[in-house]
Amino acid sequence: MLRYTLKRLISLMLSLAVASLVIFAVIEIAPGDPAQFMLGVNAQPDTLAALRAELGLDTSKPDRYLAWVGGMLQGDFGTSYTYRTPVAGMIADRLWVSLPLTIYALVISILLAFPAGIYAASRRGRIGDAAMMGTTQLGVAIPNFWFAMMLVLVFAVNLRWFNAGGFPGWDKGLRTGLHALTLPAIALALPQASILARVMRSALLDVLGEDFMRTARAKGLSRGQAIWRHGLRNALIPVLTIIGLQVSFLLAGAIIIEQVFYLPGLGRLIFQAINARDLIVVESVVMLLVFVVITVNFMVDLAYAVVDPRLRTRT
Amino acid sequence: MSLLEITGLSVSIAGKPILRNVDLSVAKGEIVAVTGESGSGKSMTAFSVMQLLPENAEIGGAIQLDGTELTALPEAQLCAMRGARIGMVFQEPMSALNPVKTIGDQVVETILIHGALPRDQARAHAHEMLSRVGLPPDQFSPTRFPHELSGGQRQRVVIAMAIALRPDLLIADEPTTALDVTTQAQILDLLKGLVSEFDMGLLMITHDLAVVSDMADRIVVMRAGEVVETGPTRQLFARMNHPYTRMLFEASRHSVELPEKHGAEALLSVQDVVRAYRLPRTKLFGPAEYHRAVDGVNFTLRKGERLGLVGESGCGKSTLTRAILGLEPVQGGQILLNDAPVYTERGADLAVRRGMQVVFQDPFGSFNPRHRVARLITEPYHLLDAPPTGAERADAIAEALRAVGLSPDDARKYIHEFSGGQRQRIAIARALIIKPDLILFDEAVSALDVSVRARILDLVAELCESHDLSYLFISHDLSVVRTITDRVLVMRAGRIVEEGETELVFSNPRHPYTQALIAAAPVLPDIDIDHRSHPHV
Repeated sequence: MLRYTLKRLISLMLSLAVASLVIFAVIEIAPGDPAQFMLGVNAQPDTLAALRAELGLDTSKPDRYLAWVGGMLQGDFGTSYTYRTPVAGMIADRLWVSLPLTIYALVISILLAFPAGIYAASRRGRIGDAAMMGTTQLGVAIPNFWFAMMLVLVFAVNLRWFNAGGFPGWDKGLRTGLHALTLPAIALALPQASILARVMRSALLDVLGEDFMRTARAKGLSRGQAIWRHGLRNALIPVLTIIGLQVSFLLAGAIIIEQVFYLPGLGRLIFQAINARDLIVVESVVMLLVFVVITVNFMVDLAYAVVDPRLRTRT
Repeated sequence: MSLLEITGLSVSIAGKPILRNVDLSVAKGEIVAVTGESGSGKSMTAFSVMQLLPENAEIGGAIQLDGTELTALPEAQLCAMRGARIGMVFQEPMSALNPVKTIGDQVVETILIHGALPRDQARAHAHEMLSRVGLPPDQFSPTRFPHELSGGQRQRVVIAMAIALRPDLLIADEPTTALDVTTQAQILDLLKGLVSEFDMGLLMITHDLAVVSDMADRIVVMRAGEVVETGPTRQLFARMNHPYTRMLFEASRHSVELPEKHGAEALLSVQDVVRAYRLPRTKLFGPAEYHRAVDGVNFTLRKGERLGLVGESGCGKSTLTRAILGLEPVQGGQILLNDAPVYTERGADLAVRRGMQVVFQDPFGSFNPRHRVARLITEPYHLLDAPPTGAERADAIAEALRAVGLSPDDARKYIHEFSGGQRQRIAIARALIIKPDLILFDEAVSALDVSVRARILDLVAELCESHDLSYLFISHDLSVVRTITDRVLVMRAGRIVEEGETELVFSNPRHPYTQALIAAAPVLPDIDIDHRSHPHV
């Protein structure tokens, strides 16, 4: 297990190093002057020179790369050109919305998907299975911004249970914060839950056909017990893979939902930064997202090994 | 009163009858074997007793265990009975255990779900059971996972689970079919010992008549969902009233006459061949370790010779086969076909390779289901520089199909339209079509029913006559190798431990391993059917 973890950890480090190089190369080494690009064609020469100095464009490329990476390692992501504030602070503010929203949506997704998938698999071919699969089909097909607007119409505008948008901040209390994130989390979770439920169902159906499920029944376990004790853990591998992919998607892919609910999340930050040609922010946020995706994959790899003992001894 | 009494059992699945009017009984301490070929309904009979039939199955008739009618029992009571009063052992030990739970936990579970003992005592009892089946906890930690055990050891775990609560009835569905002969002998001994020790009834399902004759007190012969003959083992073998029973018996010990071989020049020459695999590193630094799957093997196959290669799983015979075919490079020694090396620095030499063809074990997995037979059997043509086309190709296809007893019209069909035996014929046609000097039969008849196997062996013998075949016949089945080869190699742990004329090796084995192999193989009772008076049917 230690060897396995070490191997994964080394692969994580290497992936991060490669990713940082690629991001740096794309943004800094790509043809054209980043400072010129950020300021536009009508920039004054002295403003341009000032920005070039600020970006360190007068130093060599390797030096710039090392300075960038070194800064990030110390938590210094540079200063946003548009807002004139440290990028680290901006990202931290947004993360406080995006991360809880991601986790919230993921929890809802799992809570919906697991029972739905298990239910459908245990009633394979019957009406309950068909109904569940029909529902998840709809869940995958409905655009989440439309679903988000329906949620706003029903629960905010008509029933007035929730606010239609905005985020009051965590200093108003955990409940208030979670309350504000509930509708967006549901809107984000629905399609994810539908996909996850379908994966859960097919993974479980595969496992149900295995010989050891028959052994479990021959021991005297009921159908339900056999699924619970022997089926689920074996079905988790493909499910974990999908969950890993969803975390990354939820964290960065929530732009539209953030827009609908007017939430100050990471998605909106990167959207605004691109519009404002604020390369410093774009570079840092992209690196952060890459970091999160790779770290989540690393954790999924570890989770595989926890679930499946065969992976612990393999190289 | 019998322990298990099945009367008039009929089962149909989705309207298709699977079992018809099956009568069968098992008494305490009795071993009853149900035998027959695939599709005879023997496994379905076992699952009917467990009441673990597919959901769309309809069941009629009666199954009584100690007077309790099982077909009428509600599911909750069936759960309480399964595992406690009836234990079951399955064919595939490799997949019958949950890969993510330790073996100890899986045995304990049987005890706990029936609430037989509190947790700590259950664990102690489970360890006792594991010791009983030959896996004492001080040598085989119960915290091991199934993938850390061999097939035979896994089957012992399955047995420990099945007998943990001392069931009245044990059902064993082909319990040794997936195991090596020496392991098979140990498992059969274990089952026999448990039956007398626990005074259990054992209902054993097996296709292997030799195993049956060694083990069973009584035999039930099934065909196509019906019981055709039943009786005490000795009596049944002595009488064999039903022609199907006789056919099974004859097919099981089927032997063929091979034509005299001729020629003394070497066709295939294997010299000091070493095939080593790098093992996963156990230390971060230090040299990598290697496993020598084939360790200095030497032999020569002469033209016209039929050579056998026997050995148990893991002995390296498949690895050696792949090396001979040039599919993998060897790490030492060389393999020559007609004095030319099969494997060169640039990979397998196709010009040499076209002199060899192979027939694999699995008649279901070794064909592309989307191609027609004509395309399937002409696959070896890609080895030729100028493969025949047009009428010449069609003639070659027709000839190859006719040679294996099929019709040239079959060339237009897809592989799913054929039975297992026919598919194996097509595999042989595929091997014959470029008229190779050497054919490798890699467990080519191991997956077939005895009657089909007998006909394929006949076919091979006929082809020896008509096509002058030379082949290497790789098998774990000693009785088949004995009849179909002139000379035999016995392989163990990567080395050839004995080599000689087949009949000589089998009648007078010299190496202790060969002796053990032959002693472990179950044998049919020696009955001369032709010179025996039997009533007409």
